[in-house]
Amino acid sequence: MNGSLLDSVNIGNWMLIAPELWVLTMTCVILFVDLYIKEERRGIIHLLGMITLIFAAIITLRGGYLEEGATQAFAFNDTFVRDRMGDVLKAFSYLVLAGVYTYAKFYMRQFSLFRSDFYTLSLEALLGIMLLISANNLVMVYLGLELLALASYALVAFDRGSQRASEAAMKYFVLGSMASGILLYGMSMIYGATGSLDLAEISTAAAAAGSGDIILLFGMVFLVVGIAFKLGVVPFHMWIPDVYHGAPAAVTLFIAAVPKMAAFAMAYRLLQSGLGGLHVDWMQMLAVLAVLSIMAGNLAAIAQTNIKRMLAYSTISHMGFVLLGMLPGTATGFGAAMYYVIVYSLMSAAAFGMVILLSHHGVEAEKLDDFKGLNRRNPWYAAIMAMVMFSMAGVPIFVGFFAKWLVIKAALDAGLMWLALLAVIFSVVGAFYYLRVVKLMYFDEPLAESSIEAPVDFRAAISINGILMIGLGIFSSALISVCMSSFT
Amino acid sequence: MSLTTTLILIPLLPLLAAIVAGLLHKQVGRAGAHWVTILGVGASCVLSLWVLYQQMYEGLGTQDITIYNWMISDGIRFQVGFLVDHLTSLMMVVVTSVSLMVHIYTIGYMAEDPGYQRFFSYIALFTFSMLMLVMANNFMQLFFGWEAVGLVSYLLIGFWFKRESAIFANLKAFLVNRVGDFGFLLGIAAVVYAFGSLDYADVFGRAGELEGKTFSIIPGLDWQLATVICICLFIGAMGKSAQAPLHVWLPDSMEGPTPISALIHAATMVTAGIFMVARMSPLFELSDMALTFVMLIGVFTALAMGLIGIVQNDIKRVIAYSTLSQLGYMTVALGVSAYSAAIFHLMTHAFFKALLFLGAGSVIIALHHQQDMRYMGGLRKHMPITWLTAWLGTLALVGFPFFSGFFSKDAIIEAVALSNRTGSEIAYWGVVLGVLVTSFYSFRLLYLAFHGSPRYTVDAGAGHHPPDGVLQHEPHESPAVVTVPLILLAIPSVIIGYFTIEPVLFGGWLSDAIHVAPQNDVVAELGTHFHGPMAMGTHALVTVPFWLMVAGFVIATLVYRFRPALADYAAMKLPVLHRLLENKYYFDEFYQSAFVRRSIQLGNGLWKKADAGFIDGWLVNGSARLMGNLAARIREWQSGYLYHYAFAMILGLIGMLTIWVIRS
Repeated sequence: MNGSLLDSVNIGNWMLIAPELWVLTMTCVILFVDLYIKEERRGIIHLLGMITLIFAAIITLRGGYLEEGATQAFAFNDTFVRDRMGDVLKAFSYLVLAGVYTYAKFYMRQFSLFRSDFYTLSLEALLGIMLLISANNLVMVYLGLELLALASYALVAFDRGSQRASEAAMKYFVLGSMASGILLYGMSMIYGATGSLDLAEISTAAAAAGSGDIILLFGMVFLVVGIAFKLGVVPFHMWIPDVYHGAPAAVTLFIAAVPKMAAFAMAYRLLQSGLGGLHVDWMQMLAVLAVLSIMAGNLAAIAQTNIKRMLAYSTISHMGFVLLGMLPGTATGFGAAMYYVIVYSLMSAAAFGMVILLSHHGVEAEKLDDFKGLNRRNPWYAAIMAMVMFSMAGVPIFVGFFAKWLVIKAALDAGLMWLALLAVIFSVVGAFYYLRVVKLMYFDEPLAESSIEAPVDFRAAISINGILMIGLGIFSSALISVCMSSFT
Repeated sequence: MSLTTTLILIPLLPLLAAIVAGLLHKQVGRAGAHWVTILGVGASCVLSLWVLYQQMYEGLGTQDITIYNWMISDGIRFQVGFLVDHLTSLMMVVVTSVSLMVHIYTIGYMAEDPGYQRFFSYIALFTFSMLMLVMANNFMQLFFGWEAVGLVSYLLIGFWFKRESAIFANLKAFLVNRVGDFGFLLGIAAVVYAFGSLDYADVFGRAGELEGKTFSIIPGLDWQLATVICICLFIGAMGKSAQAPLHVWLPDSMEGPTPISALIHAATMVTAGIFMVARMSPLFELSDMALTFVMLIGVFTALAMGLIGIVQNDIKRVIAYSTLSQLGYMTVALGVSAYSAAIFHLMTHAFFKALLFLGAGSVIIALHHQQDMRYMGGLRKHMPITWLTAWLGTLALVGFPFFSGFFSKDAIIEAVALSNRTGSEIAYWGVVLGVLVTSFYSFRLLYLAFHGSPRYTVDAGAGHHPPDGVLQHEPHESPAVVTVPLILLAIPSVIIGYFTIEPVLFGGWLSDAIHVAPQNDVVAELGTHFHGPMAMGTHALVTVPFWLMVAGFVIATLVYRFRPALADYAAMKLPVLHRLLENKYYFDEFYQSAFVRRSIQLGNGLWKKADAGFIDGWLVNGSARLMGNLAARIREWQSGYLYHYAFAMILGLIGMLTIWVIRS
């Protein structure tokens, strides 16, 4: 490291973090604008949020920051890294967040919660996500993580009148703090063992030390727990059902869909970029976590009658699949896991979007029974939900199939036959509760006959989101190759 | 517009039209549905003609374009792509032009049907599927098109799904085609096994590698790999192109509306098998055994199915058996390596058989859905255009000199004569006798339907569902939307053979697509005797097939014009033959008792014992109970208490530490 003050004011550094700077600036702008606009003109805030995302995407995808032949660019004494994987994940974060905004606006209007806090907090969380994705230093990882976490706690408690939400926020906060503590403890161990916070230097030291170094190993276990908490895999998943259930659907939508991409990036940076030398050890840990998650997630989901809880357990099992892709530690494995996590985000955005769509007059449609006879009430929405469910279940031609297939193939390529088999068996078990939703929609009598109303941007977003389920399945190779090429 | 865009648009426009007409049928209405599909298919037809023109006159070479790579698995590429050579562009023009005529015709034929938009959506979807099939540059897309045309065919056979007989025919077509498709799929699997690729270019380029390769299905019994591949693929063609013994579905498919019989079950889909074998000629040329098999199946179908046509009374069924017989001719041509003759006959047949079917449809409308020829007669006065075009179509079918069918059929007969494949002598006599049979049943149809005195009565007070042979109104000529397509199809039926025989057969037009081993090349040999279409037509007067055709005409005239009693007399004198033909050689009865009834018994047994008892009771419900119990158990962990959750995390951490740190 040649960190001098002069180096950090180098204009190149600022160019690299331009997307982050833009999001930060806009967060402040929104905060400020909100002070001066009337209640009924809140739509401006929504518009500003969308503009933030659109320009963030343009700035991020403009590229051109790489030097000839390089695949990564570093800033601020190597604490921050820009690469293809980061850009793709960020771009999808903006995309999914834009969907979240569209769905959430409708929700908040209905529940009289339409306040700018949602936008400022979620943009702060987005900033955390972006930093986490681009972190190349333990401190930066922690910074991003905390920024994301603190904003998320506040978001969960966003509906201040709701007891259930406050309880969920409290649980989330306590458990999250614990996980942060564990992660931080692990980081200090790693620092102790390697003498550095920089992931590249940790990587060199870890490769040299190998599995023999107890302190390193000790630190790694703590790191893995921190990652596992963020992803929400068993046994560090306990917060997920309660938070998903307790938070307002719009917030659940956000927490379910967006931060998982950052959690994946964090796992990749810490485990592969940092501790790649200990692959054999963390592979075993991830294998155990993956098995537990896929099993417990799919089984527990069966017993749920609340769709938010059901989707929470479904998330747990999906994260098990993501781990499955990371296990081999190869480029194709990480590519598959990245593909899975992106596909998961799109699927869960659509699923929670449907929950929001069916909510009306301050009552959330959180029971499975609320989906009864949806086909009778509106065949197109039923078709969208059916596509989402088929995709989550991994039925061929839908995009979820390709995601499952790739991670299972990655596990097979790594010689983990038993894990792949188990994953397939529990996908079948999982198909039960996804298909149950389809059955309820198509074969049961509706509980309410009222027509389903939604503004045009909501209808457009949910339609596109649903069509993506099959469109990305039929034209699957484009996104797959984007993900695969991020790791070469 | 670039070439690639054009090629994408050709199948895409009918697909889009099908989607609009099908899914938005409420919004677009009846007129909207037929306009959108006609415009879609019409545009596709124009673009196909443009591609053909480019290839004929502007020297556009073979196009092998990959549009989209779907996925790559274990080195096998799954893709969407187009191989457009002369064979393909010819097929594209045939498919889109016949389809366009049928679309227009349908406006008149289906005018009163409640499923009007559904019908247009299906036929446009069919056009898309068929185009995907002929334009494919790989086996996967071929299979997609193959199954997609099959799907639409089943949907349309059962179009009037409230009719018991339509549903039966529909199911029958589906099941019989499953048998063929099973063979086809095995064939494709064998190709993948042999070449590790689904690409035409790749497979055909390396076809030589098959030479001498064997593989054993049963240990100790070695098969030529090429023979296995070709026979399996051909079994697929037998199902789709209704070759005996998998032909039984085609006559029953006449339950579908007549435009479909013309488009799918005469002109295009049933010729997919012929097209496929021609496309696979580089593989088929490697196996004499497979080609002999193809030839024998073809000649049996050509002759035996024609004979059944003689005793049918349903006007559509006569034409259906005629189609079977003509498909047999094409198959024989394939069997003697005269692929280009098969494709040539496919093309001429598409036009004149579509014409005959649509003509029959016109008669059927006039008689208010009466299809039995015993209640027709004398329609010539009432429907002159239909009568005239039916005559032109018939002359093309029987092979009257200078009509299109003459050139293609004679080319096949001559090719068989020149072939020295084992058994080609039998095949020769089969196809020659077939001419007599074809001529006889064709003229019989004309006489029964259009000539003589009417065998129906007109009774204005007969009500809406009069008994057979009674009509409410005098029959009259069909509207222009019906007659114009008849006229437009009659033109190529008459002249197209004359103008295209030289380039298609002898000018090497198809040589970029079809590969013939030199020792098998009967068409080239035929070319040495060919001195222009005019000479071929005049020379016909001294050949056996011509006089057999005339003989068929004379007998038919004698029996059905002047001595109707003769037919019954012949039936009485030859009871065995008559019964055999009436019962279509007992194929249906045999299948019913040998396969259908057995399978139903087996199915019932498996359902009650194996499925309901073991699988449902034990495996499915048992495992569901197990999972349900487990799920309830796991659910209890989620107690809602924060300290439980924290405890679980700590336990997890300690567990992991124990396993990975303390242990090491």
